[in-house]
Amino acid sequence: MSAISVRNVWVEYGEQIVLEQIRLDIESGAFVSIVGPSGCGKTTFLKLLLGQERPTRGELLLDGAPLPDEPGADRGVVFQRYSVFPHLTVLGNVLLGPELQASPLLARLFGAKRRAQREAATQLLDAVGLGESLHKYPAQLSGGMQQRLALAQALITRPKVLLLDEPFGALDPGIRAEIHEVLKKLWKETGITIVMVTHDLREAFTLGTRVVVFDRDARRKRDAERLRYGAVITQNIEVHKRRDKNAVLSSAGRDDPTPPQAPRQDDLAPVLS
Amino acid sequence: MRRLMNVTPNRGGRWLLALLPFALIAMLYAMASAQRLAVNAEDKVLPSLSSMVQTLHRTALEEDRRTGERIFWADTKVSLKRLGQGLAISIAIALVLGLAIGLLPMMSATFSPLMAVISMVPPMAILPILFIAFGLDELSKVMLIIIGVAPCLIRDLALKVSQLPKEQLVKAQTLGASTWQVMLRVALPQAMPRLIESTRLMLGPAFLFLISAEAISADAGLGYRIFLVRRYLSMDLILPYVAWITLLAYVADTLLVQCSRRLFPWAHEVRA
Ligand SMILES: Nc1ncnc2c1ncn2[C@@H]1O[C@H](COP(=O)(O)OP(=O)(O)OP(=O)(O)O)[C@@H](O)[C@H]1O
Ligand SMILES: [Mg+2]
Repeated sequence: MSAISVRNVWVEYGEQIVLEQIRLDIESGAFVSIVGPSGCGKTTFLKLLLGQERPTRGELLLDGAPLPDEPGADRGVVFQRYSVFPHLTVLGNVLLGPELQASPLLARLFGAKRRAQREAATQLLDAVGLGESLHKYPAQLSGGMQQRLALAQALITRPKVLLLDEPFGALDPGIRAEIHEVLKKLWKETGITIVMVTHDLREAFTLGTRVVVFDRDARRKRDAERLRYGAVITQNIEVHKRRDKNAVLSSAGRDDPTPPQAPRQDDLAPVLS
Repeated sequence: MRRLMNVTPNRGGRWLLALLPFALIAMLYAMASAQRLAVNAEDKVLPSLSSMVQTLHRTALEEDRRTGERIFWADTKVSLKRLGQGLAISIAIALVLGLAIGLLPMMSATFSPLMAVISMVPPMAILPILFIAFGLDELSKVMLIIIGVAPCLIRDLALKVSQLPKEQLVKAQTLGASTWQVMLRVALPQAMPRLIESTRLMLGPAFLFLISAEAISADAGLGYRIFLVRRYLSMDLILPYVAWITLLAYVADTLLVQCSRRLFPWAHEVRA
């Protein structure tokens, strides 16, 4: 339920420019997929949205106000790894968010309040297919189960924005399709804004309402120049409107705010190989 | 024939192999002792097993004529109390400072260098200072244990906390956690198994400091007794005392392991 606006953002690490001239408007309730070659700054971009890193130039707005410069409860996240807490059971992991928010001092709930939250957590865990594993520790779960747990954990506090960094990278296609269904359903029910980084183009297009491609300018790919130019948004494709499930790729490139030097092509293959 | 590196003993064999060196040592001792006693029946350096049992019986079961106490148990009680106090206070300090230094960059900037320096101070060298500052009774002995043990525990704990994946800390913040809550629900529980582990490693040094302090100034305690009877070459008392101290340390170590397994099952091979 939140719009994000990225205004001419640059990120530099010392000499190296990682991102430059990033301009992007994400409407409330959108599902944005971010794709691009390895090392082009996708994770860095997510860290900006998370408040974990700050842009060296430009600004980010969340619902019109400057984005807070530290992580907060309005932006949930699922990392590729280390997203769940190894010392808590499945149920404990999902209960943690509500406990943190309801009990500032002890960060624990007791009695009726705990039962109510437990109820909600169990329901959500059922929804992601973990209803049978409530009392297992993450180390006892498979990779796919851990990612589903991470999803439930992030969603139970109802963040405005959900950030996903290659959340399903390590999963086999079967489980992946399963989680896609879960994610789609939860997204539609809650109406949150999702930004997902992925290497899987199919995933990007089947889930996203918008696909954004990050890449360095193809003409500057020689090694010596690499460091002095950051990645830009080379494609910004509206896949379909949020409620309009059957729209096709025909709208590709229509509202493309790409900087002029970027190659204007609809063929993604060379960029992403 | 399998390679030697792939040959593992079974359960019974494991026990047997573990007991073998102990039995060997006991046998060697008995032989050497018998030999010396045969030459000189008054020899005190390697007392026979029976004379040690006799001494132990006298100190553990009979009341001392002068004090009316069973000195073996009185010594044990006094020493364990000192050790327990020293370790408990060290652990409490380590929890507070270790977590704070590991998690808060401001605390780390302030205290990390200090801790690095303090943990290099040889505790025995400042024992005289402790005696002067805290007097000759209990406090100075407990202080020696704290000064010897706490800095290592603090550094180890801070290291462990600072090695928590950044992702976990960010994740907790996105769930709405404050600094205090991250400390309480994320850092503390994950630091506890490590704290127990490093406490186990510090048991040896803790006993070392305890016995040193008791040897120099005390009127009871295991270390005190050993150094007292040294004057009379009473190996028949010293050897059982040493064995007893070793056993105490071993039991404490085992208890800590069990404690950790019970309380923090996730830290011990939970993989199904
Ligand atoms: N803390 C840092 N200090 C210096 N350089 C960094 C830092 N973090 C990232 N970089 C650089 O920024 C660039 C982008 O990194 P990033 O992790 O965002 O890539 P990515 O697009 O997520 O790659 P992948 O698809 O492999 O995950 C890399 O070249 C990396 O070397
Ligand atoms: Mg990445």
